[in-house]
Amino acid sequence: MTSTTAEMRPPRSEVGVIGWVRKNLFSSPTNALLTVIGIWIIWSAVSGVAHWAFTQATWEGTDGKACTWSGAGACWPFVKAKFSQFMYGRYPEPQRWRVDLTYVLAIIGLVPLMIPRIPGKLFNTIYMLVFFPIAAFLLLSGGYFGLPYIPTELWGGLLVTLVVASVGIAGAFPLGIMLAIGRRSRMPIVRWVSVAFIELVRGVPLITVLFMASVMLPLFLPEGMTIDKLLRALIMVALFAAAYLAEVIRGGLQAIPRGQFEAADALGLTYAQKMGLIILPQALKLVIPGIVNTFIGLFKDTSLVLIIGIFDLLGIVQQNQNDATWFSPSTAMTGYVFAGLIFWIFCFSMSRYSLFIERRLAASDRR
Amino acid sequence: MKRATKLLATAAAVALGTISAANAQTLDKVKKQGVLSCGVNVGLAGFSAPDDKGNWTGLDVDYCRAIAAAVLGDATKVRFVPTTAKERFTALQSGEIDVLNRNTTWTMGRDTSLGLSFAGTNYYDGQGLMVKKSLGVKSATELSGATVCVQTGTTTELNLADYFRQNKLEYKPVVFEKADETITAYQAGRCDAYTTDASGLYAQRLQMQQPDEHIVLPEIISKEPLGPSVRQGDSQWFTIVRWVHFALLNAEEAGITKANVDQMANSTNPDIRRILGKEGEFGKAIGLGNDWAYQIVKQVGNYGEIFDKNVGAGSRINIARGQNNLWSKGGLQYAPPIR
Repeated sequence: MTSTTAEMRPPRSEVGVIGWVRKNLFSSPTNALLTVIGIWIIWSAVSGVAHWAFTQATWEGTDGKACTWSGAGACWPFVKAKFSQFMYGRYPEPQRWRVDLTYVLAIIGLVPLMIPRIPGKLFNTIYMLVFFPIAAFLLLSGGYFGLPYIPTELWGGLLVTLVVASVGIAGAFPLGIMLAIGRRSRMPIVRWVSVAFIELVRGVPLITVLFMASVMLPLFLPEGMTIDKLLRALIMVALFAAAYLAEVIRGGLQAIPRGQFEAADALGLTYAQKMGLIILPQALKLVIPGIVNTFIGLFKDTSLVLIIGIFDLLGIVQQNQNDATWFSPSTAMTGYVFAGLIFWIFCFSMSRYSLFIERRLAASDRR
Repeated sequence: MKRATKLLATAAAVALGTISAANAQTLDKVKKQGVLSCGVNVGLAGFSAPDDKGNWTGLDVDYCRAIAAAVLGDATKVRFVPTTAKERFTALQSGEIDVLNRNTTWTMGRDTSLGLSFAGTNYYDGQGLMVKKSLGVKSATELSGATVCVQTGTTTELNLADYFRQNKLEYKPVVFEKADETITAYQAGRCDAYTTDASGLYAQRLQMQQPDEHIVLPEIISKEPLGPSVRQGDSQWFTIVRWVHFALLNAEEAGITKANVDQMANSTNPDIRRILGKEGEFGKAIGLGNDWAYQIVKQVGNYGEIFDKNVGAGSRINIARGQNNLWSKGGLQYAPPIR
């Protein structure tokens, strides 16, 4: 006969919140000390920011005088007054619905494309790659179907940031893949051209190329012929990102074992089938973090277009800091914090989505 | 190698061709297009900055509007092209802009070798010094032994050295790489004085924690005449831009303002009648309508009004007229008569 002792609950100090805290934060005197120091650092940083952004901030006012008082924190009325400029630049107010409509069209295409469960991906892709770019161009630029033409020099703010980033990403991705494959090609000319392009572009800072495009190019063109500034920037940004992306993708291609290539050959697949069905899907999956890294970098690089006189989100914020009406000790800082916040929201969402895709595509590895 | 040389030569030839082609009649081009392309700063308080609605405002911006009013009869027909410091001259040379109104210092080097001509000085700037009120200093000559915060690698630093040497004053420069750092260091009490262009000093004072504790000293220690410039070789266009500037000054001198310009048009004073095109054919002589100056004042205002609204007493920057006052009031702004 066996006797069992009655089951007892573990001591309270071992489970629940208290147990977790004891085990993880105060398990030894050193850890206890580190915890206290850590909490103190976090507290002083967070309370400082909260103080500046909320408790000491100015919320109401019509000019910089409202934000000029001793100990004043953020000057939010500045952001409020300039908000539509930060979003649309100088895009004429009665026409701004066109920008909004473009955003709506983008969301209609992007959201179902990004959720794997929703069917109709082929139709969706055609919509995003063919219909949407044409519609966006016609809507934003105008000049057709009775829409007044809006020159790109009036575009600005978040609109320009998104246009440059999305055109850059859409253009860089296919070009990057071609360059990566080209660099590994056995055909010498294709290889040399790819290597030369990648090395040349990676060897020059983007700011230099943009500068050349804006300062030197007009001198070489016949008078009266000007290539749109924004278009120049778009092309340069796309080519740039393509070179970096090519190297990332090449990394993925190199990680694919030789056997995969040989197996594809043995099945009698053509070169295009081999790449499209066997190699690239595996290679791209491997380098998702690298690709997203490049895209996030590209998104932030868009603010470099400022040096050629195009006002992206950061550019328009900086420009408005020069409005003497809004001068105050904290105006400039408030503008930068606002721009930083918007950039962070976009970059963070990109990185979260890429994690999701990575996990989903890694399903095969877990088997 | 040979081919590369050839390519370069072709490129150079094309570039030269472009520059000479750009000398075509600017006036005809502007009239044909119905809009004036005007190069302005990408953002400088009081000179070219956006308001809450995104409209351009500023002294330089109003000069663009004045030229458009004179040439096209409509001050709103301006295409503002924001230019950076490096881009500005190329933009003018390549014909992308018709006139450059971008707080550009008129120097001999620029006037002669860059292929552009300065039409006048719409703002006499110069390097100034700012000190804390508590120091009790009233003049730069009392600054002997002071530490001065200055941005390195600029003419500002050289001007400072020249001034103190000329006046046999001791000083200790504290140099910084960026304008922001310099001003922060000055505010933190790192130096007794801070120096940069005077218009910049007034603007930066508003962004300080305690603006009332600082004063700008009266001395100006360098010459920075800022003015509009045009391409060399189109003397008609040059004359127009120059006389738009003079018309703004003459209007102020004659007391013609945006508000009273219609009454003034009926004046019997021959000076006023000539300015407003009631007598003589002065507008026709420069290829414009005889009401060219009337349009300027009616739509933009006179020089004094533009100054007050953007950088003077009517703005938050609140710069004293000083050298920019009319010659008759102790300043340097002097315009030849319209006669």
